[in-house]
Amino acid sequence: MAEAAIELIGISKSFGAVRANRDINLEITRGTIHGIVGENGAGKSTLMSILYGFYQADSGEIRVNGKPTSIKSSNDAIATGIGMVHQHFMLVDNFTVLENIILGAESDALLKSSIAKARSELERLEREYGLEVDPDAIIEELPVGLQQRVEILKALYRGAEILILDEPTGVLTPAEADHLFRILRQLKEQGKTIVLITHKLREIMAITDSVSVMRQGTMVATRETKQTTVEELAELMVGRRVLLRVEKGEARAGEVKLSVKNLVVKDQRGVTMVDDVSFDVRAGEIVGIAGVAGNGQSELLEAISGIRKAVSGSVTLDGKPIDLTGAADPGELRQRGLAHVPEDRHHVGLVLAFEENENSILGYHNDKRYLKGPLLDVDAIMADAKDKIAKYDIRPANPRLRTANFSGGNQQKIVLAREIEQDPGVLIVGQPTRGVDVGAIEFIHKRLIAMRDQGKAVLLVSVELDEIRSLSDRILVMFAGRVVGERGPEASEGELGLLMAGVEQKEAAE
Amino acid sequence: MSFFDVIIQTLDSTIRLSVPLLLACLAGLYSERSGIFDIGLEGKMLAAAFAGAAAASVFHSAWIGLGIAILVSVSLALVHGFASITHRGNQIVSGLAINFVAAGSTIILGQAWFQQGGRTPALAPNERFEAITLPGADAIREVPIIGPIYSELISGHSLLVYVAFLAVPFTWWVLFRTRFGLRLRAVGENPAAVDTAGISVAWLRYRAVICTGVLTAIAGAYLSMVQSGGFVKDMTAGKGYIALAALIFAKWRPVNAMFACLLFGFLDALAIRLQGAPLPIIGKVPVQLMQALPYILTVILLAGFIGKAIPPRAGGVPYVKER
Repeated sequence: MAEAAIELIGISKSFGAVRANRDINLEITRGTIHGIVGENGAGKSTLMSILYGFYQADSGEIRVNGKPTSIKSSNDAIATGIGMVHQHFMLVDNFTVLENIILGAESDALLKSSIAKARSELERLEREYGLEVDPDAIIEELPVGLQQRVEILKALYRGAEILILDEPTGVLTPAEADHLFRILRQLKEQGKTIVLITHKLREIMAITDSVSVMRQGTMVATRETKQTTVEELAELMVGRRVLLRVEKGEARAGEVKLSVKNLVVKDQRGVTMVDDVSFDVRAGEIVGIAGVAGNGQSELLEAISGIRKAVSGSVTLDGKPIDLTGAADPGELRQRGLAHVPEDRHHVGLVLAFEENENSILGYHNDKRYLKGPLLDVDAIMADAKDKIAKYDIRPANPRLRTANFSGGNQQKIVLAREIEQDPGVLIVGQPTRGVDVGAIEFIHKRLIAMRDQGKAVLLVSVELDEIRSLSDRILVMFAGRVVGERGPEASEGELGLLMAGVEQKEAAE
Repeated sequence: MSFFDVIIQTLDSTIRLSVPLLLACLAGLYSERSGIFDIGLEGKMLAAAFAGAAAASVFHSAWIGLGIAILVSVSLALVHGFASITHRGNQIVSGLAINFVAAGSTIILGQAWFQQGGRTPALAPNERFEAITLPGADAIREVPIIGPIYSELISGHSLLVYVAFLAVPFTWWVLFRTRFGLRLRAVGENPAAVDTAGISVAWLRYRAVICTGVLTAIAGAYLSMVQSGGFVKDMTAGKGYIALAALIFAKWRPVNAMFACLLFGFLDALAIRLQGAPLPIIGKVPVQLMQALPYILTVILLAGFIGKAIPPRAGGVPYVKER
């Protein structure tokens, strides 16, 4: 029974000078859920891409069910019974579920019989695994959780016995993630082998049987999940002790810095996303906004930071009003001391094609410090960038490097350094640690606490409940565009979870 | 001539004029559905028109002419493929280059080979695709209404006209009823999904551009071997671009494409018929304005009168495996 479904022996892979995988050995037992954790860039995805035939290893051997196997393409992987659910779904958005499932696995040159066959096969899979989904639905009209289910069905339809899931919960709500885990357990009971790649240690603890840790391209340890702890895994991942809980003292809240009254914001389709929201943020406190993604937090942030027009309501900064219903100018708000770390650093926070030093002044590029007459003062900008790189431990420490070549954590540090170093009175932060590795998370959290302790007002929006709970002095929960409750940092996860799901909405509104 | 006859004649020339647009439009459809934008339709058509007429006059065979036209057009399509699929080059630049090469080389080669100022020799009847009389066309010619419709409008066209209109349902069938069509549509929307499903993105796209080459060849052959009896320089006169406009207008769907091309063809036919003829109320309209009509319509349609036309999502973007 305890036979290996997959054995990797001495796998190495380099991309140019970068050694993504170094002499990796791994054994995955059949019928188990095996987790692979590691920071971004540790080589998890490369390893799984080798297993799925996307890349070929430079050296090493893959054995599937004990037999040495050469996997040269995705086709070979599918033929040996390996299926993969990618982090970014490999679905054609305007195709139906059925069309996506048969793509590449059509039974003959005409679609009619392929579709008929897939339809009955799909019914069987749905019955067997409880994976219900309308076969004729268009993918882009399905919620993300269901799209992921289609990906799983795709793999099962191709006869996958070994299922690799790459960061499957990144895009899911907590409820959807729970549902996914139920599905995975059921698949395990049916004898499938599951490989789960993630950087969320809680998920590893919750669902895996065994776990392997990768760091800088090497496999540093494999443990039975029962015999390890989150702390041990985090330490193995980063290579040093990591503080998972943030240490902070009491907040000393001062005067109101940012005040939001009856704010209403609509999205581009005209749907009300923020519905009559009011709150204050005081100097010296962190106010966290919790909620499942898509409940209006993004629109709230965008409205306050001047990116999106509000429909009605008022916002004051240091007692002076911000014209939100007109065109509030983010540049002007920055000058008035309201800094903004956007949720989406790739599209809003940074210009990825720019060099690091250019991004580190973006938004403040009209500041006299960076100008020499009408021209940019390149020397001053460079000196400033080097200073921030040193202070925020941004790696590699090269201000001339294109921003796209930094890891997610370091990109986020570039944005944070830019906004925090301007010494703003109010800092608005969206998803500060999304796609950021454990080591950098610790650093970013400490920085935010330091801001608070300097007497700044911090408004934090995050879908990571743990983050909200450990950083915030007050927690507001948003559901369907409204603030449905306020709690202190001592509120339990269950209590907040219910609020986030809108369960206690009535009671909270009273 | 009765009003009815005028209508029949106008519609008849509508069909003749829309054929090269329709073939080019369907050609573009295969390529663009696979995610390869092709503004080189014009150049491929022109090269095929020249190659077809030249070969037909040298070998005294319309079929050999067509064969050579296909050979030349597919070769150019493969050059576009090589640049934009294998080497991930800019598809607009590659397409433009093909247009320039075709415009220049057809004139130079034509002059070098035939010494007729860039023209090919006038084609004899057996070197052209002659009109076909459908069975029974002569018999019912005198029947009122149905007679002229059948014998004038439906019968009496060149083989290539029927090929063009049969290509519409055929393309629809290929696109929506076959495995190749499913994959073709998928690769234009999300090539990564096709790749991870174990299908070669490059090979699929190459097959698509080959289809494009064959259809532009027939369009070109129609121009030089059916519509006129030989090649004249720059005889495509922007039809490749109008076909692209029609493709957007048709939202990349074959049946819509047919109607879009018929509309453009109708405007062309109307422009010819109304040349010099005074219109009621407006009076005499300058010829140039009538000739400009299809182009004006193109601009108006593309400026937003067609609602939202969503191109294939991966269109114009070379596929690079994620690192």
